[in-house]
Amino acid sequence: MGDSKGGPLAKGLGNLSDRALLLFAGFVYLFLYAPIFVLVFFSFNSSRSTQTWTGFSLKWYGALLQDQSVLKAFYTSLIVGVSSTVIATAIGTFTALALVRYGFRGKGFTDSIVYAATVMPEIVVGVSLLVFFVAASIPLGITTIIIAHVAFNISFVTIVVRARLSGMDRSIEEAAQDLGANPFNTFLRVTLPLILPGVVAGALLAFTLSFDDFVITFFVAGVGSSTLPLKIYSMIKFGVSPVINALSTVILVATVLFIFGGGRLFIKKEEG
Amino acid sequence: MGEKKGRGWSLGLAGLLAPAAFWLGIFFVIPLLFILAYSFGTSGVYGGITLGFNPGNYLKVFDPLYLKIVGRTLLIATLNTLLCLALGYPLAYFIAFKGRKYRNVLILMVMIPFWTSLLVRAYAWVVILGGNGLANKALQFLHLTDKPLNLIFTPQAVTMGLVYSYLPFMILPLYAALERFDTRLKEAAQDLGASRWHTFWRVTFPISMPGVIAGSILVFIPSAGEFVIPDLLGGSRTVMVGNLIQQQFLNARDWAFGSALSIILAVLLIGAIMYYVRRVGTDQLEGG
Amino acid sequence: MDREKKLTRSKFLKVMGGGALAGSTLSVLAACQPNTSAQSSGGNGGGGGSDGASKQLNLYNWSDYVAKSTIPNFEKKYKVNVTQDFFSSNEELLAKLQAGGVGYDVIVPSDYMVGIMAKSGVIQKLDMSKIPNFKNVGQEFKKPPYDPKNEYSIPYQWGTTGILYNKKKVGKIETWDPMWDPKYKGKIAMIDDVRETLGAALYRKGYSVNATEDSKLKVAEKELKKQKPLLRGYFDSTQVRPLVVNGDILLGHVFSGDGFTAVLGNKDLDYIIPKPAATRWTDNMAIPKGAPHADLAYKFINYILSAKAGAALSNYTYYGTPNEAALPGIDKELTSLPTYSPPKKVFDRLEVIQDVGETTRKYERIFTEVKSS
Repeated sequence: MGDSKGGPLAKGLGNLSDRALLLFAGFVYLFLYAPIFVLVFFSFNSSRSTQTWTGFSLKWYGALLQDQSVLKAFYTSLIVGVSSTVIATAIGTFTALALVRYGFRGKGFTDSIVYAATVMPEIVVGVSLLVFFVAASIPLGITTIIIAHVAFNISFVTIVVRARLSGMDRSIEEAAQDLGANPFNTFLRVTLPLILPGVVAGALLAFTLSFDDFVITFFVAGVGSSTLPLKIYSMIKFGVSPVINALSTVILVATVLFIFGGGRLFIKKEEG
Repeated sequence: MGEKKGRGWSLGLAGLLAPAAFWLGIFFVIPLLFILAYSFGTSGVYGGITLGFNPGNYLKVFDPLYLKIVGRTLLIATLNTLLCLALGYPLAYFIAFKGRKYRNVLILMVMIPFWTSLLVRAYAWVVILGGNGLANKALQFLHLTDKPLNLIFTPQAVTMGLVYSYLPFMILPLYAALERFDTRLKEAAQDLGASRWHTFWRVTFPISMPGVIAGSILVFIPSAGEFVIPDLLGGSRTVMVGNLIQQQFLNARDWAFGSALSIILAVLLIGAIMYYVRRVGTDQLEGG
Repeated sequence: MDREKKLTRSKFLKVMGGGALAGSTLSVLAACQPNTSAQSSGGNGGGGGSDGASKQLNLYNWSDYVAKSTIPNFEKKYKVNVTQDFFSSNEELLAKLQAGGVGYDVIVPSDYMVGIMAKSGVIQKLDMSKIPNFKNVGQEFKKPPYDPKNEYSIPYQWGTTGILYNKKKVGKIETWDPMWDPKYKGKIAMIDDVRETLGAALYRKGYSVNATEDSKLKVAEKELKKQKPLLRGYFDSTQVRPLVVNGDILLGHVFSGDGFTAVLGNKDLDYIIPKPAATRWTDNMAIPKGAPHADLAYKFINYILSAKAGAALSNYTYYGTPNEAALPGIDKELTSLPTYSPPKKVFDRLEVIQDVGETTRKYERIFTEVKSS
């Protein structure tokens, strides 16, 4: 962004096309961030307007805290996010191990199912699960949401962990086994720590996708299972309000903290 | 872990694959087979469905009305992909080659919007493009217009929302592809007398192709199936296939037709990916 | 941050292990939660506390459609817990109910949907002896065409669908015609609802909202296609209201409650029931088949029909109450609005939307065609 102009970044930006590139990059960052800043700014507005500034106030955050249904939706999202991440991360890691470590008949097919689940349009996944749950008389609710989230997250975790696994040096594992460690111990003591950055990255991705999912959840939600995105959707449908700005700001701040926390762990492991 | 590199199955392999096979089999593949079966069924007036072999639901898609919606959806998704590429490529290039020690920070700044709720991002535009919103104020301030324009609830608003929401999906894979690029190649080309422009098109761009492909797929697929953004920013006027499918399931009670539309959307999109990947070459994709 | 840098691998493992543990605990919680809240009938022998009565009520309702005091007061009175989920169309409600055993105890379908739900067997016959307050329901709300024997539904709120507009800028209007006036291009919004919006076109041409003849539907389609270029869009009624209030548009097709909310907050606005005809609708309470806490559902329905709760409800939603005992408790501000309790002459030209059977598909197709044109 603009403030880095004078820094070392400017070195090598001597000629015109480089300056144009810098300007363009600044413009894209502005495009990415301006709407977010506007959103955050008006969450502190003292009047109901989300467009005209009348003064500073925290009252919309107060209103947010008092809204039981938002807190409940947040809690539901958290339960769904954590449960589906734990399950999907375990299953996805196993699948990645199978795909990298073994050659077997049907591998191509397994591969294509894994990829198909990532590229299948969400709306198709959503309606097919709705149809399936209805036909199987499985009551819609938090359980069906978790089931659905695990289903789309397995593939993402598999892909991320697999990328890490395929670049891994096998010699340490072989040494451990030569020294008499059984496969289970080898996995727990040697393989898992080595692939952990991949597993953590997969889990972070899975949690975010789950926490943010709207389309699939919309179709499979039932009694008392409104997640935060469903709640936000109905709030927006109900009209623009600074309370939504306040909620958005909270989500943004949480996201940034989450990325920095997660990223730090991740980068640390990469170096180690 | 095991070392079995044969073609055979073993207990360990079966154990590793079983959970995914169970979950994806029951909760991904079987539901798809369900809508495939339903797409040949006949919807009852009150939402029930009679299975059978009724090609009518597919023939209905060839009704000019629905064909137009499918066409428009593909058009909007393509436009969105191209716009994301046009905005995203220079930025990814900038970060990868000019970012220097700020590279990580710069890419993290792209990731923050990517990790943020899609609904929050769409909402931001609902506010900005609204009647007396910032966009109109800016236009009036710059004297580009003297009275507020109808910005929101237009196809342009939908496209804007889509580009905003999917841009990070384009930048990240592009950056990943460019970052690995060995700048010595570029220098070598330039040493050999190639112009910068020439070097870019002959050396840099082909090498970044896997990123272009991955980014395009990541943008095209979800935007073609999108229904939240047209719903919130389009004022229900720009009906995309996603809206149509949702309507069939939750409003029109025509699950058979909705299933047929879903199957067609899935086949079209996956077909498009396969065609695209084949055309530009799988070797490049795997090279990435 | 420094602390994190020193994080060793084994500590990191412990953290992750703790996380996984917390995760599995939460997922157990998640699995238990619907058991206690939604399906306690299974786990708890009739879903009961010690006295055998349910402690949990699951309400499936339209957004913002109960007074702030309704649920807390009911919870206090019966020492129970109420969860509420929301739907945005009758068809969405039907689709979710057809999913079977969804776990809701009270749902709020509109008139024609009650008929469809009764026919498709997703709601149960009511035991009127458990709803003594049914005596409070006004005569004109008993035995409606969609439930001629009052077997399945109890009226909740009623209202009309008309036009909210800026009187100051548009001048006084009486008919649907201004909604088709090119003068107001880009300043008009319609409700995103097949039956209401096709209905407006049918009314304007003097036809019934329940027309099934192809010729009449063709005319309505033509009218809507003519109107579309003038529109800002098709929205939920709750979205139309702020557009008119903020001055973004001048004329909005809305439900009466949204109209009154706007009118009472802004003297320049007015809500009318257009000539020659408009829709009168009733939302009803019904109990789905297999509702886990039917006993409590009856208590809730009976509670809504009490004088106090009924008045509080309408004073919040600004819709009409079918509950005669509640009428004296309605805010004067509201009852003084001429369209809130329309005189018989106006009431008689209101029509009720009914199920049109197979023709529903034609309606849907026309609306899709119009919206995508």
